[in-house]
Amino acid sequence: MTIRHHLSDQLLMAYAAGDLPEAFNLVTATHVSLCDECRARLAAFEAVGGAVLQEADSVEMSDASLAACLDRIEQMPQATHRAPMRRAGCFPAPLAGYIGGGPESVKWRNLGAGVKQAILRTGRDASARLLYIPAGQAVPDHGHRGLELTLVLQGAFRDDADRFGPGDIEIADEAVEHTPVAEAGPACICLAATDAPLRFNALIPRLAQPFLRI
Amino acid sequence: MQADKVETDWAALVLRVRDHQDKAAFAALFRHFAPRVKAFLMKSGADAGLAEECAQDVMATLWQKAHLFDPTRASVATWVFTIARNRRIDALRKARRPEPEDLPWGPEPEPDQAEVFEAQQETDKLGQALAQLPDKQRALIERAFYGDLSHSEIATETGLPLGTIKSRIRLALDRLRQQMS
Repeated sequence: MTIRHHLSDQLLMAYAAGDLPEAFNLVTATHVSLCDECRARLAAFEAVGGAVLQEADSVEMSDASLAACLDRIEQMPQATHRAPMRRAGCFPAPLAGYIGGGPESVKWRNLGAGVKQAILRTGRDASARLLYIPAGQAVPDHGHRGLELTLVLQGAFRDDADRFGPGDIEIADEAVEHTPVAEAGPACICLAATDAPLRFNALIPRLAQPFLRI
Repeated sequence: MQADKVETDWAALVLRVRDHQDKAAFAALFRHFAPRVKAFLMKSGADAGLAEECAQDVMATLWQKAHLFDPTRASVATWVFTIARNRRIDALRKARRPEPEDLPWGPEPEPDQAEVFEAQQETDKLGQALAQLPDKQRALIERAFYGDLSHSEIATETGLPLGTIKSRIRLALDRLRQQMS
């Protein structure tokens, strides 16, 4: 997999620091699972966290705290080795964990013209959903408010300027207004997250928006 | 700067906890890191009682997960930071934060000492670079890591030398991929 479109420093640092809404955390963790370049950049930002901790002031612990901590360790159950969630098809482990499996386990809802989506359960400050776009169909609602991340898991989409294939992430804000289309070949499956309600440019989807919870 | 920062081999202490359940090694780690974790959590908005409680949890997790620590990938400070961050997210009911897929590159029983030293040196150098930043810029980075900024408020230019760390981890990942294929 040759990934050409990566996470921004801003997103990686926010993820390292624990500053992102859940939906963006999910997209970031999913991309990093596919992308060694971003995994290495993330490690560098986590090292900044280490340096912040190392340089931080300290606040004295109470006298009995070490003994209390050792007591706590004595009483802890043996670390249980939970089997980590595995990759399922084109879904890396963090996403597979949300779905409980791969693409075949998704409960899709039709949006028309073969396009399907599934909204994932995340915190309310941003929303995440999976999109399924047959070859030649437009990726829905690509005018943006706020920030929208779109991560390709299978297939590809392209607009006038660029192509996004498996593992690529599109980071779009207010400035972006375009109509990407799924490439010929297998249907394009994307994980998308946004921190604003999406705005539709076509009449029908606009009417449908309240019912689709997006 | 305190002498113990550069002279104590924190990674060796974690390995003694891992291999021998060494309470003296743990006590040294506790005395150094617990007060910093407590301060970190208080800056994140926890009161002193909650921060003390969570700092104990973080140190207990260090004991329990010592077998997962890979000193060639990250310094002890960086590892403790990630545990403290996760504890903060739980304690202060922040957004759920899924982790990337684990890689099958678990820690070596006998880590390469040069690599361990390098990871520690990187954190020390970063700490020095952080201390030398203009106050405003440093404060912004600290606030990001205390969980006090939203992603849109985070400055993309940190002014910190992150390239060497990224390159080193990237090389290690390339090596791992070669071994796997």
